[in-house]
Amino acid sequence: MGTIQLPEETQKKLDEIVGENILLTTVDKISNWARYSAIWPFTFGLACCAIEMMTVGSPRYDLDRFGAGVFRASPRQADLMIVAGTVTLKMGERLARLYHQMPEPRYVISMGSCATHGGPYWQHGYHVLKGVDRVVPVDVYVPGCPPRPEALIEGILLLQKKIRKDSITRASLKRWFPAKSQTGQVSA
Amino acid sequence: MTLEDIFKKLKEKFQDGVLELKIPDEKYKGDAFIMIDAKKNHAVLKYLKEEASLLFDNLLCISGVDYKDYFSVVYHLHSYTHLHKVVIKVHLQERENPKLDSAFDLWKGANWLEREIFDILGIHFSNHPDLRRILLPDDWEGYPLRKDYKTQETWHGIKVGM
Repeated sequence: MGTIQLPEETQKKLDEIVGENILLTTVDKISNWARYSAIWPFTFGLACCAIEMMTVGSPRYDLDRFGAGVFRASPRQADLMIVAGTVTLKMGERLARLYHQMPEPRYVISMGSCATHGGPYWQHGYHVLKGVDRVVPVDVYVPGCPPRPEALIEGILLLQKKIRKDSITRASLKRWFPAKSQTGQVSA
Repeated sequence: MTLEDIFKKLKEKFQDGVLELKIPDEKYKGDAFIMIDAKKNHAVLKYLKEEASLLFDNLLCISGVDYKDYFSVVYHLHSYTHLHKVVIKVHLQERENPKLDSAFDLWKGANWLEREIFDILGIHFSNHPDLRRILLPDDWEGYPLRKDYKTQETWHGIKVGM
């Protein structure tokens, strides 16, 4: 890439105005940086996993280091739903409803065996939802029963990695110029 | 009052309504209990609560059991005045539509306990003020803790099984 040679007088004036206080980046990078640096989780403790989730927020593990320590009690203020615990069918319906009340972009971490596939209730738990991915899309699965606080932190770091690959420019292009899918239907 | 005395007192009052006193021995290792005829159930409980020498004013627990051929309902009673306890058992021979009189008019705490037994075992309590499911969704099919229970395939479009 060659640099543009400006006339000396113009260059001097430009230097005066902006000096060195300018940074160049892409829209994607700056929006992703804003998103992954301030993930606000939704308080969604359902069982014993919630105790580990609370521990992650405590000073010893300090989730605030990753900008994800502000737990919200309302889905409308949250970006991330950490499903921590056993999801019953009755709760599964409400969980999906709360997920849809979260503003986009929204993310889901399935924490522990119960949320991932029913855990110890996989066979005889007639009332347990066998995996939260049956009602909402899941971004990161954290295994364990319950997972160690470090494991949940790793899950959040993995999610941050995933958010870094997002692209709002590509997303808007898709919305403005929808590609025709194979079935002939227009996909968003 | 000892369990034998309570049993004697009940036997005098109700005769055939009180069936037997089971005391733990080499074969039976559980709690001692008094077996009651299902038809006399409410009258016996009322007597246990109101008779001055018994005065069982505290209902600790009501449990339901499925023995495959018949159902059983177990009452654990305690008296704050006399500090004695008793276990009362009732067998319900009918499998299709098991019915028992509610104890709600004697102990208010029976309300939710009986609703839970109705929810998971399908035992109906007559004269109960509000006999609905308490834990499971209202439109759930079947009674999960019955031995012949089969889980439904889907609920509200969500697959239930593995």
